[in-house]
Amino acid sequence: MAKVIIDGIEVEVEDGTTILQAARSIGGEVTPPAMCYYTKLEGSGGYCRTCLVEVSKGSEKDPRPMPKLVPSCRTMVQDGMEVKNTTSERALEARKGVVEMLLVNHPLDCPVCDQAGECDLQDLSYDHGGYNTRSEFERRTFEKQDIGDKIQLHMTRCILCYRCVKVADQITDGRVHGVINRGDAAEISTYIKNAVDNDFSGNMIDVCPVGALTDKTFRFKSRVWFTKPMLAHRDCDKCSGKTTIWFKGDDVLRVTGRKDEWNEVEEFICNTCRFDKKKVSDWTIEGPKEVSRSSVISANKYKNLEKPKEFKLNDIKRLDS
Amino acid sequence: MSTEEIKFSEESLALVKKTIAKYPEGRQKSALLPILHLAQAEFDGWLSVPVMDYVASLLDIQPIEVYEVASFYSMFNLKPVGKCILEVCHTSSCWLRGADDIVDHISNKLNIKVGETTADGMFTLKTVECLGSCGSAPMLMCGSQYHEHLTFEKVDGLIDNLRNENKRTTYLDEVKVENY
Amino acid sequence: MGKKILLEHAEVPGIQGYEVYREKGGYRSVEKALKTMSAEQVVEEVKTSGVRGRGGAGFPAGMKWSFLAKPEGVPRYLVCNADESEPGTFKDRYLMSKIPHLLIEGMITASYALGANTSYIYIRGEYYYLIGILEKAIEEAYANGWLGKNILGTDFSHDLYVHPGAGAYICGEETALLESLEGKRGNPRMKPPFPAVKGLYDCPTVVNNVETIAAVVPIINDGGEAYANIGIGRSTGTKLISASGHIKKPGVYEVEMGLPVEEFIYSDEYCGGILNDKKLKAVVAGGSSVPILPADLILTTANGEPRLMSYESLSDGGFQTGTMLGSGGFIVMDETTNIAKNLYNFTRFYHHESCGQCSPCREGTAWMEKILHKVLAGKGSMEDIDLLWDIQTKIDGNTICPLGEAASWPVASAIRHFRQDFEELVKNPAGLDETRYYYHCNNINPEVA
Ligand SMILES: Cc1cc2nc3c(=O)[nH]c(=O)nc-3n(C[C@H](O)[C@H](O)[C@H](O)COP(=O)(O)O)c2cc1C
Ligand code: SF4
Ligand code: FES
Ligand code: FES
Repeated sequence: MAKVIIDGIEVEVEDGTTILQAARSIGGEVTPPAMCYYTKLEGSGGYCRTCLVEVSKGSEKDPRPMPKLVPSCRTMVQDGMEVKNTTSERALEARKGVVEMLLVNHPLDCPVCDQAGECDLQDLSYDHGGYNTRSEFERRTFEKQDIGDKIQLHMTRCILCYRCVKVADQITDGRVHGVINRGDAAEISTYIKNAVDNDFSGNMIDVCPVGALTDKTFRFKSRVWFTKPMLAHRDCDKCSGKTTIWFKGDDVLRVTGRKDEWNEVEEFICNTCRFDKKKVSDWTIEGPKEVSRSSVISANKYKNLEKPKEFKLNDIKRLDS
Repeated sequence: MSTEEIKFSEESLALVKKTIAKYPEGRQKSALLPILHLAQAEFDGWLSVPVMDYVASLLDIQPIEVYEVASFYSMFNLKPVGKCILEVCHTSSCWLRGADDIVDHISNKLNIKVGETTADGMFTLKTVECLGSCGSAPMLMCGSQYHEHLTFEKVDGLIDNLRNENKRTTYLDEVKVENY
Repeated sequence: MGKKILLEHAEVPGIQGYEVYREKGGYRSVEKALKTMSAEQVVEEVKTSGVRGRGGAGFPAGMKWSFLAKPEGVPRYLVCNADESEPGTFKDRYLMSKIPHLLIEGMITASYALGANTSYIYIRGEYYYLIGILEKAIEEAYANGWLGKNILGTDFSHDLYVHPGAGAYICGEETALLESLEGKRGNPRMKPPFPAVKGLYDCPTVVNNVETIAAVVPIINDGGEAYANIGIGRSTGTKLISASGHIKKPGVYEVEMGLPVEEFIYSDEYCGGILNDKKLKAVVAGGSSVPILPADLILTTANGEPRLMSYESLSDGGFQTGTMLGSGGFIVMDETTNIAKNLYNFTRFYHHESCGQCSPCREGTAWMEKILHKVLAGKGSMEDIDLLWDIQTKIDGNTICPLGEAASWPVASAIRHFRQDFEELVKNPAGLDETRYYYHCNNINPEVA
């Protein structure tokens, strides 16, 4: 076991726990935001750099502070370690920088994006950013791409968290999509026209922190905050069958995995449950799903983020059509 | 090429086997870069999708693993190119010694912009980052051959030579290095 | 004449071939190590020599070797970093083409010390023609019993292979290099674990630069003590310096650590002074990544002491007034050079070479290039200079691998020492054609059949 102090709060965790997980076990403010780490995906994290924290004391044995900020999602705790997250000017400043970088090329199309209302990047920029970037340059854009008949890839929105690649590597067989090119030209792609077709491929949608991978069977049917999430289950021979189903009126608009308070699914679900079971009679309803993520229920916050001055009317048309 | 079946020559296949043997059992993916080099040299100087798929099958890996890698490295061409690619270094030391003028000179002479190929498919002009020849700046590389201490006259002579030889240059061409 | 221990025989006719190399005392270090020393003794000798990594970071080689994990039944690897892509650096190419057996000999001796039965030389793809030279040398080494099974009748066996890259500066970073050697994209790995514990194929691995490995030969031949006596203070031995830019005699020079920078630039033995006898304006002393210094600060430290070619002297004054020895890529600029224009050139490089994994580097390098591009095209403002400064602070230290720093430091130092060059461009644009040279990587040439 290791004792760690994060922003002045002490917690005891198993050896081999990451700083991020230790902070999550405390919860609340001291938890750094994470855009690329995903507990259930091995080797995830380290890319986005939003979870950088300051280690002001390395350990009981070696109390020297770490010279650089460290990614809390990939750094193991040591007994006696002291971590500063919200109490570190440096970490907050760096995080602001990271958020700005993530927005340099991110379109401001929240008003027409499916993910709006449950987007980690929206939350992140609300909580940690300056809302916008000082970059005046044209954002990179890509054509929307269907990767199979159920999933759409809108690369323009991607922040290259690598989560979907890890899903494909770790829970499906025969990955057909990946990261091509390099630097700021890097993109998620199948390279050739190819369908991501696999019993578990739909989980790529759930792990995507932004609106880059979306459920084609749900697209534009409704804004997230008009739908009502319910916990439901069914007997399934491929997965646990435990899902969240999203209603509007009496219609099942979409089915997703059950997400915890960190917006990570508790269990991956199969494509049959996700895409094919859209009748109320397919499901046993357990009751309403509590949504703890702030943005889903708080359309107010979302309005703050919308900066229509950068946004042209014909963009909306193009994206909608 | 597109209609024929894509297959390495016997000679190349032997080389593929030898290359794979350099790495431990089960680590045949390590041979990907050298084999892509070989494929590019043998199949018209660029890596088409069928060629990459062929390489994937040789190494028993997924095609996407090849696309990911091929698109990462700047020496692999994913589109057709001219027979001779003139790769002019434009990084600092070469820039200080007039690389931009060399680029302009070639561009005017061949009537193509950087990144383009002449209409006869003979030359492609490319600018590249430091090739480790900064002390002999300005320089360009064509195939495996470095051409150093460039002047306009040298460039003219080189272009004439290449045109007369009318051969595809590749990174695998043998080079005589008598005096470095 | 400075002391030469690596390039001593580089000009001997035929030294590329085995016979002449052997005649000149080649492969003695292998004999000595295998027949008279234990592996640990070789490591000790390298420790005593104080030789520091010549690839850029300057980490003591002996120390790195002693960190190598040695779990039972797991192979260990030595990998030679011959990726040499840091702008301004061309010494490894020189060494490998002039005297290839020196590297092969160093690889064998070092592998013996590390207990590695297989080693690889990872060489940048653009040096393809050098592979032929190296492979010929390796073949000769096998033929003469220096490689293969039971070398010199001992129970040490060793195989050595050359592996080509394919155009990516980032593959010089040691973990990206290992990824690339495994046939993947050159994405740096997150550390820890360090290669010494989990490197190539998840096995303990040492990665060393060409020059570091070559230095093992004289260290074993003459003893670590003798090597440590060359040079100055903690900068022991000699260093290969790649000199380029506005000088009369560009080229690779082996200098004894401690040589005054002024002598190096102006003496006829080395650079021979500034081209066309112009005035010196600035020097990038250790490859494009290290801070650029104006003439006065490269010739003398802020305290007025003569600046020397050594790790300590070059970094004297920290980032405010000093720089680093780095890879020894010594780029000289004369009074006509606008440093902001040169910086544009560097930022374009880092943008082009970012692997794209982590957001500050991926987005930041591109952004910095765009701003400088704008300044050169005459559309810049004074605020852009401040923005540039701020972006570089947001990258520096916040990335997965040191390419982030490598991209930030040139920007910081150029603004710190040459702000007037930026302002001049804001007032008098350089007339850059905005569309020129701007394309990415290998997706060139859309139409041609
Ligand atoms: C972006 C980047 C590029 C690098 N390029 C090279 C290189 O081309 N050659 C090299 O020897 N080391 C290079 N290095 C340093 C290596 O990561 C590593 O430190 C070195 O190979 C270790 O060998 P040494 O201790 O003998 O210097 C680079 C590092 C970074 C961060
Ligand atoms: S700092 Fe740049 S090169 Fe290094 S891992 Fe991050 S994106 Fe890649
Ligand atoms: S969540 Fe830690 S770096 Fe992305
Ligand atoms: S700068 Fe052109 S070869 Fe190095």
